[in-house]
Amino acid sequence: MTEYNFAYLDEQTKRMIRRAILKGLAIPGYQVPFASREMPMPYGWGTGGVQISAATLTPEDTFKVIDQGADDTTNAVSIRKFFEHTANVATTTKTAEATVIQTRHRIPEDPLTDEQILVYQVPIPEPLRFLEPRETETRKMHALEDYGLMHVKLYEDISRHGHIATAYAYPVRIEERYVMDPSPTPKFDNPKMEMAAIQLFGAGREQRIYALPPYTKVVSLDFEDHPFDPSKAPHPCALCNAEDAYLDEVITDDEGARMFVCSDTDYCEARREAGHVGKDAI
Amino acid sequence: MSLQVLDGGMTSPATDAAFAFRALMNVMARPGQIEQISQATGPAPLSTAAATVLLTLCDADTRLYLAPSFQTNEIQDWLAFHTGAPMSDPDEAVFALGHWAELLPLHRFPVGTPEYPDRSTTLIVEMDDLSQTGAILRGPGIQTQTALNLPDKQAFQDNAKAFPLGLDFIFTSDQSVAALPRTTEVS
Amino acid sequence: MYVAVKGGERAIENAHTWLAEERRGDTDVAELQPAQIREQLTLAVHRVMAEGSLYDPDLAALAIKQARGDMIEAIFLIRAYRTTLPRFGGTHPVDTGAMHCERRISATFKDLPGGQVLGPTFDYTHRLIDFKLAADGDVPTAQTGEPQNEKTPHVTEFLNREGLIEEALTEDNTPPDLTREPLEFPASRALRLQALTRADEGFTLGMAYSTQRGYARSHAFVGELRIGVVQVEMDIPELGFAIEIAELTLTECETVNQFKGSKTEPPQFTRGYGLVFGQSERKSISMALVDRALRWEDLGEDDVGAPAQDVEFVLSHGDNIQATGFLEHIKLPHYVDFQSELELVRKLRREAGATDGQEAAE
Repeated sequence: MTEYNFAYLDEQTKRMIRRAILKGLAIPGYQVPFASREMPMPYGWGTGGVQISAATLTPEDTFKVIDQGADDTTNAVSIRKFFEHTANVATTTKTAEATVIQTRHRIPEDPLTDEQILVYQVPIPEPLRFLEPRETETRKMHALEDYGLMHVKLYEDISRHGHIATAYAYPVRIEERYVMDPSPTPKFDNPKMEMAAIQLFGAGREQRIYALPPYTKVVSLDFEDHPFDPSKAPHPCALCNAEDAYLDEVITDDEGARMFVCSDTDYCEARREAGHVGKDAI
Repeated sequence: MSLQVLDGGMTSPATDAAFAFRALMNVMARPGQIEQISQATGPAPLSTAAATVLLTLCDADTRLYLAPSFQTNEIQDWLAFHTGAPMSDPDEAVFALGHWAELLPLHRFPVGTPEYPDRSTTLIVEMDDLSQTGAILRGPGIQTQTALNLPDKQAFQDNAKAFPLGLDFIFTSDQSVAALPRTTEVS
Repeated sequence: MYVAVKGGERAIENAHTWLAEERRGDTDVAELQPAQIREQLTLAVHRVMAEGSLYDPDLAALAIKQARGDMIEAIFLIRAYRTTLPRFGGTHPVDTGAMHCERRISATFKDLPGGQVLGPTFDYTHRLIDFKLAADGDVPTAQTGEPQNEKTPHVTEFLNREGLIEEALTEDNTPPDLTREPLEFPASRALRLQALTRADEGFTLGMAYSTQRGYARSHAFVGELRIGVVQVEMDIPELGFAIEIAELTLTECETVNQFKGSKTEPPQFTRGYGLVFGQSERKSISMALVDRALRWEDLGEDDVGAPAQDVEFVLSHGDNIQATGFLEHIKLPHYVDFQSELELVRKLRREAGATDGQEAAE
């Protein structure tokens, strides 16, 4: 076999995914079951995001792929190559130039516009899964809007640790209805989710698609006396001096010396090009 | 098979459907927004936009209800050839097509179940024209508020009240398309 | 000085070239041809077809070569290819009663119509390494007999006549297709069997074994195990009749299980069923045992909380392509979520330290 269809998937599969996306947008935060296909990359490596991107991309799009905020991590490179070959789309590493961005674990630092679509790769779409492993049970909880278990879990954190001990994949409530998993993004990214762009979430192995239309109300779960805290490492980026960006910690020598640098590589590069200098910049 | 049946499909199905879907996704994500789609043309009285919606979303896996004025042999043959979508009664329809008056009463269409609210009909409503006037829309996808010339208000208000159950609407007129998901608050 | 890691693209390309070189191995040794794999590693080919859900021995052999003998990787290649194939339609159900059996044994009756046919089995080989295989390729010629042309009846039919075994009702409904619809619970038996036939052999074996050791035990007899070739027929609308489109080798296992009766059912024997592409006795027997364990609800048995009774557990974890993908994904970068955990643990420790200090002072 030498020729694949535009964006790899056959048209019937794309239609099935597209119908799921539309229902997802109509019921924000609700996980729409879809007949996920076996993709030529492993489950758990972004097959949900890849299927959404394949059903969403047009030949006129400019596509960006990030993993951990970076364009050059190997899995991001691999997914970008896949669509360069199968959909013949233009690709970019610049957030502002991209029309479709597929991401794993981060939301870009620069605000997205209404011309952009953000596609998340999601490993476990069910926010209640680690509290209740059975799909039949969690589905019932969503149907009954019964999120008591989640509140109990968060409250137990507070009584034990004094804080909500969830640092990433921090659950959110959508439009006062569905509790949703934002994918394993750091909680620092949660406030960005009320954005101008369309957000699509794909979990291939778990066969779920969900979505947020622009400006959908997204509230991180918290308590009155313990408000949500989207904090991050209290440092500026050592390369571009950004104070407001999420940072990766890098160990730099055998003594355990470390530095903190932007996880969003495009954001960091753009700042350095604009003349911002961090304390360890070359 | 007559030529008319074979005509009017998408010239490059993969990319035509991709562009048409992008427009559909935009309008469903941004209630009230109007976009143009013209990737397919079916027999009259089917509008270009409705024909494009049907070819973009329907296939053998989606049961389709046609309201009486669209139940012509020409339209049915054309859809059978281009989509293979099985025809159905309203109570089993994944998609339904018609003018507003003939789609009523809406309670004939499934609104999903509490466990699976997505198992509800999407209605494609053929309109005389589409414009951002009339009913005020608020809700997900809308920054503050917008407007759309909806054919009714009460029906959409009742539909929104049932959230997360409910119907979703795509409006078509000539080459224009807009949408109203169940989340939109209409006033 | 720290410089952000670049060159992911080059690293990937180099890794792939290196992989190709390793796959070929020592070039002084002749290259393996897919036909050799197909003919001489047949059971590996059969497993790839069974769990890949695609009956194509040549392609399975090629996949094994490409995967360097990693079976799950080969199955993955087949699955990813399978998903791109157009679907022309559904065939008639195959008639395993009309199977041309190469092997057919029953553990429940000493003799029976159709006879016991031992066939090409490892069963009574002594597991001694055969060093001759390393040297020459001479194969003794096997004895041949007259082929049996009449149908080989299923053993369970004899029990059925006496009403001693639950009736296996035939259904004409089109079964669900788990490759085209999302898995949903509760799952019908047709869907469960579909998931089990492509489930990982090791997982299915482990589950089946657990029922034998008392986790939802229902002592199973192999009523019958048969391996052989069946014909596949399909209606061709343009022709207006069915034609034979393929011949498949299948392994079928029917277990006869002890059953003392329940609130709803009289004492009788019950059934477990396994059917697998190719020759795979271990898999088909395992499948039959797990199928039987999953049927507790239909038979009015108690849920004893055994893993093999739990349809959601079995069906959600038996697919090795899903499992290996998710398992191995934890080697992908997780800097971002790990970093957020680091910050959290540091914060909690800082505060715990402060409290300890305070308590000490008090």
